[in-house]
Amino acid sequence: MKINGAACMVKSLQAEGVEVLFGYPGGANLFLYDALIQSDIRQVLVRNEQGAAHAASGYSRVTGKTGVCMATSGPGATNLITGIATAYMDSIPMVAITGQVGTDLIGKDVFQEVDITGATEPFTKNNYLVKDIKDLPRIFKEAFHIASTGRPGPVLIDIPKDIQLDTMDFKYPDSIDLRGYKPTTKGHPRQIKKAVSAMMESKKPMIIVGGGGVIANATEELIAFAERMQAPVATTLMGIGAFPSSHPLSLGMLGWDHGVYPAKQAVAEADFLIVMGSRMADRSTGKREEFAQSARTVVHIDVDPAEIGKNIDIHIPIVGDIKNTLQGLLSQEFHRENPEWIQQVQNWKKFTKGTGAGDGANGLDPMEIIKTLSRKSSNDTIVATDVGQHQVWTGRYYGFEKPRTFLTSGGLGTMGYGLPAAIGAKIGQPDKQVALITGDGSFQMNLTELATAAQEGLDIKIILLNNSCLGMVRELQEHNCEKRYTQTTLKGNPDFVKLAEAYGFHAIRVTRSEEIEAAIDKLLSYDGTMVAEFIIDPVSNVIPAEKA
Amino acid sequence: MKKHILAILVENKPSVLSKVVGLFSRRGFNIHSLAVGVTEDPEVSRITIVADGDEYILEQISKQLNKLIDVIKVSNISDESIARELALIKVHATPSTRNEIVEIVNIFREKVVDITKNSVTIQVTGDSKKLAALEEMLRDFGIKELVRTGMIAVDRGASAILVANGKKEG
Repeated sequence: MKINGAACMVKSLQAEGVEVLFGYPGGANLFLYDALIQSDIRQVLVRNEQGAAHAASGYSRVTGKTGVCMATSGPGATNLITGIATAYMDSIPMVAITGQVGTDLIGKDVFQEVDITGATEPFTKNNYLVKDIKDLPRIFKEAFHIASTGRPGPVLIDIPKDIQLDTMDFKYPDSIDLRGYKPTTKGHPRQIKKAVSAMMESKKPMIIVGGGGVIANATEELIAFAERMQAPVATTLMGIGAFPSSHPLSLGMLGWDHGVYPAKQAVAEADFLIVMGSRMADRSTGKREEFAQSARTVVHIDVDPAEIGKNIDIHIPIVGDIKNTLQGLLSQEFHRENPEWIQQVQNWKKFTKGTGAGDGANGLDPMEIIKTLSRKSSNDTIVATDVGQHQVWTGRYYGFEKPRTFLTSGGLGTMGYGLPAAIGAKIGQPDKQVALITGDGSFQMNLTELATAAQEGLDIKIILLNNSCLGMVRELQEHNCEKRYTQTTLKGNPDFVKLAEAYGFHAIRVTRSEEIEAAIDKLLSYDGTMVAEFIIDPVSNVIPAEKA
Repeated sequence: MKKHILAILVENKPSVLSKVVGLFSRRGFNIHSLAVGVTEDPEVSRITIVADGDEYILEQISKQLNKLIDVIKVSNISDESIARELALIKVHATPSTRNEIVEIVNIFREKVVDITKNSVTIQVTGDSKKLAALEEMLRDFGIKELVRTGMIAVDRGASAILVANGKKEG
């Protein structure tokens, strides 16, 4: 029996096991939505298409499944772009579907027409403009395969209106034939042997793990490897959760200015470095020529060969996914003890970098708030953040114990990611507690998605660190522009408590240090979405100012 | 900076060229010349790109190109390869200069493909050096128009870059 293109899409999504679709309707995806009525796929209506892409990302990160979002043509499609680029930079498997004007109108600049495949080319893993309905099942099959394998990433499918209505006998392909796409997932045994022998010659070995460790679900292997090798482990921002922060070998977050002291010290002194699933971007390494100067051997493992050696100089490349390659490493005979090195690391760990917040007269210390939340929440609590100072503080002070519990825009640094990502996470893991740590700047970027949380009846614990300014940029102005502060004070901020109440949520404002603990208790035990606004000291910094 | 000749086998689809070229500009790699055409397999096209860069850049270009789903294989063609380019050069000619132009073309063993009262059009095939040498010789007569195809190249000997299905390494 012939069915139309829109129905083909629904059947393709069902064949891929898609359960949730985040989206926003419009003229050019009208028929796609019409066909979805008959399906059991849960549709989540967002308030701006960017939110749909971030929610699909949050959903994907907590479930490991491919997130799906949908928008109409033109502005709907362009609103998706920030979310797609965010997912691309953080290697999140996602399929984004856009409606497009009819094929006979493409190129004529008709109402709501935009070349979205052209526009998203730099930050999608692949994209498709469907020109013939016969290609549609194959394109969906390929899109889900490409999005979720190798180094994951977003794939966009643009479906013109006439293709949505054209008909065909639907058959979903069993296999795919992509001669230009065959990711290497298993590390080469010879490279693995080389890495092990270099490691055995070292005295101060160290492991750095990035988002690839989380994506590959490699935590178990990573712990086993670190323990057998007796090497401390630093995580990049994206790698947080891949290694439990309470483990004695955990160093915490790596970052030139943003990370913690023990991680920075260990990188400077390690004579053997094994980097796993990280592109080692500038925020992690600082200057290329100054990075890991004591390391005689640097091993770099990544499923994407293009990342190996791109940003740091390396000696032993291993192309493969982190779980598979760690299994390969663990299959080798080795065991070692580095008691002096481990002792040194433990000494470094006694030092905690603060925020430079004052005595409380001008506001709370964000470190105290995040540490209290960390202490009181469970290891299964999922924490989403936005982007800015609060993001770095969360990475630094919150003790993450499990993978896929920390959601943040690490690569693109997208303010406004947190709330929609938390919404997607709660929908993906309804039985887990989901918290959002945000700032007053970021929160207002996609504030509109509070309506989505209300509409879906979600329970999200929102910790708003309010310093009435764009703290990270203010800090950059302090350090780099001789304190010429400009355009970073948020004068027109709303009353966030009233705002939350307007959406039907409970909200409190906390101004005194002794109220923090009770506020966090209330937040975590409250049934439903609640906003706890903490007025923090605006001088709190990622890099604390030198005290005069 | 050293010039590299890259042979890129791609799926013969409309959007592929823009993806390949876009990647060069996006990552700051400079394209010197570009030629595209279908191979012995009608579903596969071969893009030949001459690009500037050191070894690091060459490695980055190759790896990034390989990441494109529609790119089947990327090969670096060696300096000793057979590399050819074609140019059509339209030169000002008068009855007094025409013979001299034709003589130069003959010495280069190239062809005059069109002639009028005040112009001569020359077809030249060869490597970049030969094209440059002929262009230099013709400059004084006044070049009205010059168009080049961009370089194509194959390695010497029996080894070949295979288009065979599923083969990334030929």
